[in-house]
Amino acid sequence: MGLGTAGIILPNLPAFSRTVSPEQLLEPGLDVAVKKRLADAALNAAKSKGATYTDVRIGRYLNQFVITREDKVQNIVNTESYGVGVRVIADGCWGFAAVVDAKNEADTAKAAETAVAIAKANAKLMKEPVQLASQKGYGEVSWKAPIQRNAFEVPIKEKVDLLLGVNDAALKNGANYVNSVLFMVNEQKYFASTDGTYADQDIHRIWPIFTVTAIDPKTGKFETRNALSAPMGMGYEYLQRNPVDKVTGITTRYNKGYDMLEDVTAAAKQARAKHAAKSVEAGKYDLVLDPSHLWLTIHESVGHPLELDRVLGYEANFAGTSFATLDKWKSKDFNYGSKQVNLIADKTQVGSLGAVGYDDEGVQTQKWDLVRDGTLVNYQAIRDQAHIIDEDHSQGCCYADSWSSVQFQRMANVSLEAGKTPLSVANMIKDVKKGIYIIGDGSFSIDQQRYNFQFGGQLFYEIKDGQIAGMLKDVAYQSNTQEFWNSCVQVCDASDYRLGGSFFDGKGQPPQSSAVSHGSSTTRFNGVNVINTARKI
Amino acid sequence: MAILTKEEAKKIVDKVLAYSKADEMSVSLSGNRTGNIRYARNSVSTSGESDNLSLSVTAVYGKRSGTATINEFDDASLEKTVRRAEEIARLAPENPEYMPMLGQQNYPDSKTYAESTAKIDPEFRASAAFDSIDPCRKKNLTAAGYMEDTTGFTSIGNSKGNFGYNRATGVDFSITVRTDDGLGSGYANPDANDVSKINFKATTEVAMGKALASAKARALEPGKYTVILEPTASVELLQNMMRSMDARNADEGRSFLSKKGGGTRLGEKLFDERVTIISDPMNEELPLSPFGGGGGGGRFGGGGGDGLPQEKRTWIENGVVKNMYYSRYWADKKGVQPIPAPGGFILQGGTQSLADLIKSTEKGILVTRFWYIRAVDPQTQLYTGLTRDGTFYIENGQIKFPVKNFRFNESPVIMLNNLEAMGKPVRAGGNLIPPMKIRDFTFTSLSDAV
Repeated sequence: MGLGTAGIILPNLPAFSRTVSPEQLLEPGLDVAVKKRLADAALNAAKSKGATYTDVRIGRYLNQFVITREDKVQNIVNTESYGVGVRVIADGCWGFAAVVDAKNEADTAKAAETAVAIAKANAKLMKEPVQLASQKGYGEVSWKAPIQRNAFEVPIKEKVDLLLGVNDAALKNGANYVNSVLFMVNEQKYFASTDGTYADQDIHRIWPIFTVTAIDPKTGKFETRNALSAPMGMGYEYLQRNPVDKVTGITTRYNKGYDMLEDVTAAAKQARAKHAAKSVEAGKYDLVLDPSHLWLTIHESVGHPLELDRVLGYEANFAGTSFATLDKWKSKDFNYGSKQVNLIADKTQVGSLGAVGYDDEGVQTQKWDLVRDGTLVNYQAIRDQAHIIDEDHSQGCCYADSWSSVQFQRMANVSLEAGKTPLSVANMIKDVKKGIYIIGDGSFSIDQQRYNFQFGGQLFYEIKDGQIAGMLKDVAYQSNTQEFWNSCVQVCDASDYRLGGSFFDGKGQPPQSSAVSHGSSTTRFNGVNVINTARKI
Repeated sequence: MAILTKEEAKKIVDKVLAYSKADEMSVSLSGNRTGNIRYARNSVSTSGESDNLSLSVTAVYGKRSGTATINEFDDASLEKTVRRAEEIARLAPENPEYMPMLGQQNYPDSKTYAESTAKIDPEFRASAAFDSIDPCRKKNLTAAGYMEDTTGFTSIGNSKGNFGYNRATGVDFSITVRTDDGLGSGYANPDANDVSKINFKATTEVAMGKALASAKARALEPGKYTVILEPTASVELLQNMMRSMDARNADEGRSFLSKKGGGTRLGEKLFDERVTIISDPMNEELPLSPFGGGGGGGRFGGGGGDGLPQEKRTWIENGVVKNMYYSRYWADKKGVQPIPAPGGFILQGGTQSLADLIKSTEKGILVTRFWYIRAVDPQTQLYTGLTRDGTFYIENGQIKFPVKNFRFNESPVIMLNNLEAMGKPVRAGGNLIPPMKIRDFTFTSLSDAV
């Protein structure tokens, strides 16, 4: 449906996950030769039962969570999920079956036979046979996320010490409470298909987060500030403190290296300062949006409406459909945003959550335009949709969140291209007469066709006559996707470009979760409607 | 063999506990068989069925605990899992909030299982999908729907002599019907333990009616309106508020139930005096597991609440906060009885029907569904979201015309103070909720979405 509420909670684990010891996370998975044998058994079994296409995904999914509050470790969870999913086309229809802990060729062959039987049964209710875009086989290939330090090899103690140190800094700097969590993910995925691809991939993700709470006993109010970190497709090196990855300004923001201790220290002071901040006066403001905030607006108002399955109605009962209908795309002049707006889908971006070598139906990943100079030019599509948008190939954005889930179209990293003219944040703010500078993501909501949205944030600063005039609170902005992107007047240059993102983009029934990044530089939008969210109960 | 009997489950639980060398050990054994069918554009898109049986063992030394899980049940695997949990526990940091395990508890037999649901097979699902797609095809409407059925059990046990077993079934069905021109959309979403309580064709016809009636909506100015909220619309807002009734958060000063100057608002009147919210695991319409709960484990049990028994409880009575959730640790610290979060709640209403509420409304808006509800301010329980799938203008007791969707910014706490009338509760999203008439509900902008 949209983004899950990624608070300080234990997220849903991949299906059939079992709890293991940290050491088991370091055990090697199956040898690639064994995986090929298991896959070939399934490919052959499906073919012999009448499948015209088959793909096999052998997945080992490892997760580690370290969860703390104040001076306590609340939980350390290590999980492993291993199994095989087989997808086939038989009688023109998709069929899928999966097997947990597949040990031998008989297991994977049986799953393949079940998938064919399901496809044949479903074919009776089918209206149109599947049209699969052709795809060349790549042979035996591999892809590994370019990480420097495998987070699973870092001792638990080091992680616990980091988080407890972070909590201590929060409490010493004005927070009453602090929760902090380290999420680490490793997907070891093997893909094989009848096109002749055997792709072995190793994917890593990390997300350090916290929430600090500051209470004012005099008013009985509480204020919070969440981490300005981003979930990244990186190893433990993301937690290295590196001056080149810091963006200084009214508060420090981070690029490919996150100083958690520094951020929590600022957060505790800022949560305290929010109590004294001015409550915003509702009205029209020019918004200056930091990448740590804008990623979420891009996700909801660009990423989702340009998913082709939503446009076609496949998600009508849950996530919804899309305002960006095929006729608008066909017209070649649908004005999605102003001339400054260039939105790119990219599954190859280094360090992003969506980066892989090959997607979950064996297509090499790529980069393509969605909106160029403000005009809608493309969607995100997979192999059985490519023909609908007159393409002869998939864009490589097919994904399943587990070996046990059937793969389908998921959002690529969708990002706003940096401005081509040199422009710093300071120079952008200098020209704003009445505005609000927003940092960090907060509350978010958008309708089922992605027209009307409302976003909050973590930090709000009033801009008056080109100067930052102090902190604001109770701020949320409401707009309409097309109106909003047309109000975009300036985008800072590439030196300010950073990624944001989430581990928890939900879609499908039963729901599947996907991790996706969105990059941008600081961007200015003129005359956006801001509401005041303060209430009395 | 995913669904074990009480005797089969007890045999495994006892065997695992006998391997224990730890100070304390608890076991949770659960299995389920779940099936689903999904369709869109009047055609089935996916369907599936899966079985799962898994065992989770928690070993404790002092205040250190470790958990290991397994889905193999031979003696060697069970013993290996016990040893692994013990090994993880020894290496774990101490949890200063650890509470010793509960001794034997008394769990009554629940009403959560229905044979009719347990018997569902792929043919039944295909026929349900056909009953939903076929009437839409005939009327040039487009159906997208999803049905999921689950049959499962949860069994818990520990080295202090506690043992519990619960078997449950559940069906969730949701259907969205859209007009071919994309101008109308309707929705229905019943859930039940017993599938015989869901009529797939009649439910689809409700969504079809809303799709046709909602086409060509007119725009009204955003602002404060009297609204009638169908249970499908209000359930998520009320559920969010009920999930925020944790005593610890309130005591710590970070909840809508925190009191200025410290403590909680337990005993204060915060809502209209007609508001009474209870939970009752033995309710015929909303049966729940006698243990577990919170965290969505309502029907099946799950591991929540440390095995504390679920009993009939009053949370809000005549507008006054009567009970909050207390974890065993926080209850111990505060010197009160622990109270687990319920698996579902009942907002007691009146006897009127939805039609009666509409008939008594001079001017107002009927909201059939809210969508994408997210917290804006946890302190005031302020949420934002939008109407979806059928919103209508009411004048002089009659539905006059469909209106465009609105975005709202509203708090269920304020809503339950601005109560005009309530109807007869019906099951919605695993709770019992009446249709409600609310004055001064805040719509802040318009949406073009259909």
